[in-house]
Amino acid sequence: MSAHVPAVPEAHEHHTSTGLSNNKIAIWAFLGSECLFFGSLISTYILYHNQTNGGPTAAETYNIPFTAIVSFVLVLSSMTAALGLLALQKGDHKAFRAWIAATALLGMIFIGGQAFEFTHLYEEGFTIQTSPLASSFFVLTGFHGGHVTVGILMLLGLLAMSLLGRLPQEDAHRAELVILYWGFVDIVWVIIFTVVYLIPTLGRG
Amino acid sequence: MTRKAGRLPRAGPGLRALAAAGVVAVATAGCSSHAPQDFLRPAGPVARDEGNLWNLTFWIAVAIFVIVEGLIVFAMLRYRSRPGRRARQFHGNPKLEAVLVVVPALLLAGIAVPTIRTIFTVAAKPTGSNVVNVTVTAHQFWWQFDYPDYGFSTANELHIPTGAPVYFTLKGVDVIHSFWIPRLAGKQDVVPGHVNHLALSAPHPGLYRGQCTEYCGLSHANMRLRVYAEPPAAFQAWAEHESQDASIPRSGAAARGADLFVNGAKDGTFPGGPACVNCHAINGLRNAGTRPGLIGPDLTHFASRDTFAGATYSNTESNLRRWLEDPPAMKPGSDMPDLGLTRQQIDDLVAFLEGLK
Amino acid sequence: MVSTTLPVRKPRYLRRTAKTGLWSWVVTVDHKRIGMLYGATAFLFFLVGGIEAELIRLQLARPNGHVVSADAYNTLFTMHGLTMIFLVVMPMGVALMNYIVPLQIGARDVAFPRLNAFSYWVFLFGGLFLYSSFLLGGAPNGGWFGYAPLSTGDFLPGDGMTFYSLGLQMLGIASLAGAVNFIVTIINMRAPGMTFMRMPLFTWMSLVTSFLLLFAMPVIAVALFEMMFDRVFGADFFNVAAGGDPLLWQHLFWLFGHPEVYIMILPAMGIVSDVIPTFSGKPLFGYPAIVFAGIAIGFMGWGVWAHHMFAAGLGPVANSAFTLSTMMIAVPTGVKIFNWLGTMWGGSLRFKTPMLFAIGFVMMFVVGGLSGVTHAVVPSDYEQTDTYYVVAHFHYVLFGGSIFGLFAGLYYWWPKFFGHMLNETIGKLHFWVMLIGFNLTFAPMHILGLQGMPRRIYTYPGNMGWNIPNFVETIGALIIAASILVFIANVVLSRRREARAELDPWDARTLEWLTPNPPPEHNFDEIPLVRHRDELWHRKYAPTPEGVPTRIIAGGERTAADAPAHEAHGIHLPSGSYMPVMAAIGLPVTAYGLLFFPPLIGLGLLIILTGFFGWVLEPQTVEEGY
Repeated sequence: MSAHVPAVPEAHEHHTSTGLSNNKIAIWAFLGSECLFFGSLISTYILYHNQTNGGPTAAETYNIPFTAIVSFVLVLSSMTAALGLLALQKGDHKAFRAWIAATALLGMIFIGGQAFEFTHLYEEGFTIQTSPLASSFFVLTGFHGGHVTVGILMLLGLLAMSLLGRLPQEDAHRAELVILYWGFVDIVWVIIFTVVYLIPTLGRG
Repeated sequence: MTRKAGRLPRAGPGLRALAAAGVVAVATAGCSSHAPQDFLRPAGPVARDEGNLWNLTFWIAVAIFVIVEGLIVFAMLRYRSRPGRRARQFHGNPKLEAVLVVVPALLLAGIAVPTIRTIFTVAAKPTGSNVVNVTVTAHQFWWQFDYPDYGFSTANELHIPTGAPVYFTLKGVDVIHSFWIPRLAGKQDVVPGHVNHLALSAPHPGLYRGQCTEYCGLSHANMRLRVYAEPPAAFQAWAEHESQDASIPRSGAAARGADLFVNGAKDGTFPGGPACVNCHAINGLRNAGTRPGLIGPDLTHFASRDTFAGATYSNTESNLRRWLEDPPAMKPGSDMPDLGLTRQQIDDLVAFLEGLK
Repeated sequence: MVSTTLPVRKPRYLRRTAKTGLWSWVVTVDHKRIGMLYGATAFLFFLVGGIEAELIRLQLARPNGHVVSADAYNTLFTMHGLTMIFLVVMPMGVALMNYIVPLQIGARDVAFPRLNAFSYWVFLFGGLFLYSSFLLGGAPNGGWFGYAPLSTGDFLPGDGMTFYSLGLQMLGIASLAGAVNFIVTIINMRAPGMTFMRMPLFTWMSLVTSFLLLFAMPVIAVALFEMMFDRVFGADFFNVAAGGDPLLWQHLFWLFGHPEVYIMILPAMGIVSDVIPTFSGKPLFGYPAIVFAGIAIGFMGWGVWAHHMFAAGLGPVANSAFTLSTMMIAVPTGVKIFNWLGTMWGGSLRFKTPMLFAIGFVMMFVVGGLSGVTHAVVPSDYEQTDTYYVVAHFHYVLFGGSIFGLFAGLYYWWPKFFGHMLNETIGKLHFWVMLIGFNLTFAPMHILGLQGMPRRIYTYPGNMGWNIPNFVETIGALIIAASILVFIANVVLSRRREARAELDPWDARTLEWLTPNPPPEHNFDEIPLVRHRDELWHRKYAPTPEGVPTRIIAGGERTAADAPAHEAHGIHLPSGSYMPVMAAIGLPVTAYGLLFFPPLIGLGLLIILTGFFGWVLEPQTVEEGY
């Protein structure tokens, strides 16, 4: 390596030991860590899925059709995010901004749905203090909602950078990091939706 | 070597000779005199099984320790650098390395077999007509012992017949504690929300001491217990006595104490509640026994116990007096508060309690 | 000079990039300076944790001790454990990783310099937050593993365990950020030719440690969040009356906690694996075996957690399974011991201070490892667990092991950090006093445990046969304290009296000694091309047919490092930044909000957000003058 190689390789993909960019390895490492985070939360939920403390059971609590629609919105947002990335890689900044704005909007609809759901449950007396089931439900879905919120902030950040002209085509890998994170958060939701909402209500005829 | 040998003060003359060399041996010699919770002096089959495994592992460990540390010391002496000499550069020896993987693995496998056998042996539920069942409820910071077959409850001091298997059912009500009588059996945690079991037996009469070994709060150190192993006849007599109601005094200071115990002070002193019966049960005493053992120990035969307050203090009049003056001063974190009793009230209560034979 | 590839823009914020003075330390993103900050902070916490230990020992010196109250004692042992684990051993390992790993792999910095600074500041604020509890309503007092429901219900005085849940959360964030950073650095920033199987062992063990942190931290994070929700928001995770299960805490905690043990020991093992070959004048014996043993320990460390819970009532089947997995993990640990011995075998041993500490590590770690095997024997563990026998065991591993290993590293790399040696005579005195004090303190604990003394008791009666060992231990603890004073004296005296260190003062084998002492900000003028494991050695010596090396006359180590410090042409290092420290400050603000004043939560989150946005938007490098 010559002295002309910058000491800060994180912006430059070509001079790393593996050929992958530092950012990409970092985001995958971070997502690996997140797997354990959500894994532990989901395990807690599974352990407590019958601990109702005399309160409502899971099957009595959730509004499946509503959550299904909201979940569909989130899954859809993964698609718009991917299309956005594709547009940026092709250099179509207008399309990129449109797709990213759409993704952020879909994410906000999801968060709005969750806020509505939480409010509704609280009004029905199903609160974080009700039972171990309720505690693990709120903490699991709440942390997921927090992750979505962070994702929305990052998407808005991308949008702002793009509008300021600071996200050129060759920086598409920076956007890719956010999209990867977004996709991960969506996949986690699919698992949560299955474990938390679908499985306990299967027998509900 | 000395360090490790020090763990086994009683294990044999050879070891003692080894232990004699070195600083720690001083400590070893000193502590072998009297240690009532010494796990290496097992007094029952369960503790003996556990101790045997410890011995096996210990001697293997000693052998490995001597070999490895010996080789290190040898290498330090033998291969000390000398002027002009350079070490030959070699990178390893796959055959030797393979051997050094296989040998420890085999040794461990050799330990694993008896280990797993013993895990299942000591976990077995005892059977037979002479099994004594005891339900242990661990509280911050005392032990409640219920004998369901006899229908009485006592605290901190446990009597068992020699030779008979004793089967403990362990229940927690507040935080996690651990039930341990080192010379009879290894410990078993008492976990709220779970029911654990422990089986043991004591072939020989004697007093075996134990204590809580899971940190449980302010007075974790003051949560001790005593096991009195007695010949079956003596145990029967004790159990029958415990099953009887207390004899309630009719006159004098003791009667005033009994009245105070049930009704509290007429002038309403007792900031912690109207009366002792709120927390303590005494069978045979009117109104006492509504919430037996829920908060404080059952005191029906209080005076027949050697100790009180988590088996921390001997049951003497002066200790009891100090206790009634200010319980948390003797046992920090005690649920029994300083009740602000007057001297007269304490005299009466002591007279009453010391009569509960 | 401006490189054409790096976009240099006028910053949006006033950029302070001072290179000297206090402010330069606040904004620094240089891995070497951050390493020093980590080291200095960890050492100060080491003194605090040591004072706590001395108070514990004074209380227990005699039966029925009255030095401190029961409540104070419980706080002391809790804070001693938390301090030594999270604020001393872990960050001291990170300090050395920070300074040494980039040098060992021939990199100019870590992959994410600002993230590195962020890790440090979060660690510092997390530690200060934890200690601020002493002034704000009581320090943690539920034991370092904070078993529920003692820690989550209303069973202990004070707010201490809320501080615990929030403080450890912060320290976890710091560790996680550091882990990501070191994983990327080691995987992706190695000099050309530095293949994985040529990496120095310290770098290898840092990599394994980082992976363990990466996967262990989220598990403890969940446990701590659940505790926090129970304590602050009245959730029911560990509320037994509502159906919560105390064992959930134990499973989550130890699923983190056992990898944590290896997180603390592996860096020390790495240090020792670099020090012993250097002072034996020989390459590491069985390099591949010792690498794979480290990786194997990393993997198997995930399958042994329930051996902390043998007495919790998991049942004989689970206990049998965990006894087997625990015994298996002893095998790779044994491999390491044998390979260190093999490295010394046939060597030309020089007993300099780092070597003494390294050998001390091996010898003491053997004791801790063997007593560890006795814990794997479940029925015997029923007797030993939660007694002083366990206290003896983990101090042999973490003090006799980690701390001795870390001191080996400090003595070894001191000339690298400060450009001068530590005094050898005082260093040797330090070693011997510490070794004697250590064994005097912790060896008798084996006996005490077997004689039935439980851990975490603030007092004991005089008739249990425990008096003499306890007294001896207290003497030992005071001797350890004396040894630390010897070390401090060495640092102070050597600074004034010791001559400048030579380029390669120990005749070392690895790349970090290819740079001047201390290295320039950009580490290497020219990134070295690596052709061998032990690259530096091969630049200095050529093998003869008999396998005995001969010195190459020219002195290969000088080629790179001794070149006149020509101003690093075209080398652009990331500029200092106050965004990491700003984002980090938001965390304790949020935590205090959760404890005392909810509006602060919003303020804290806002600070974090601002910090991160500024961080993302600011260019990495600014032109001089801003």
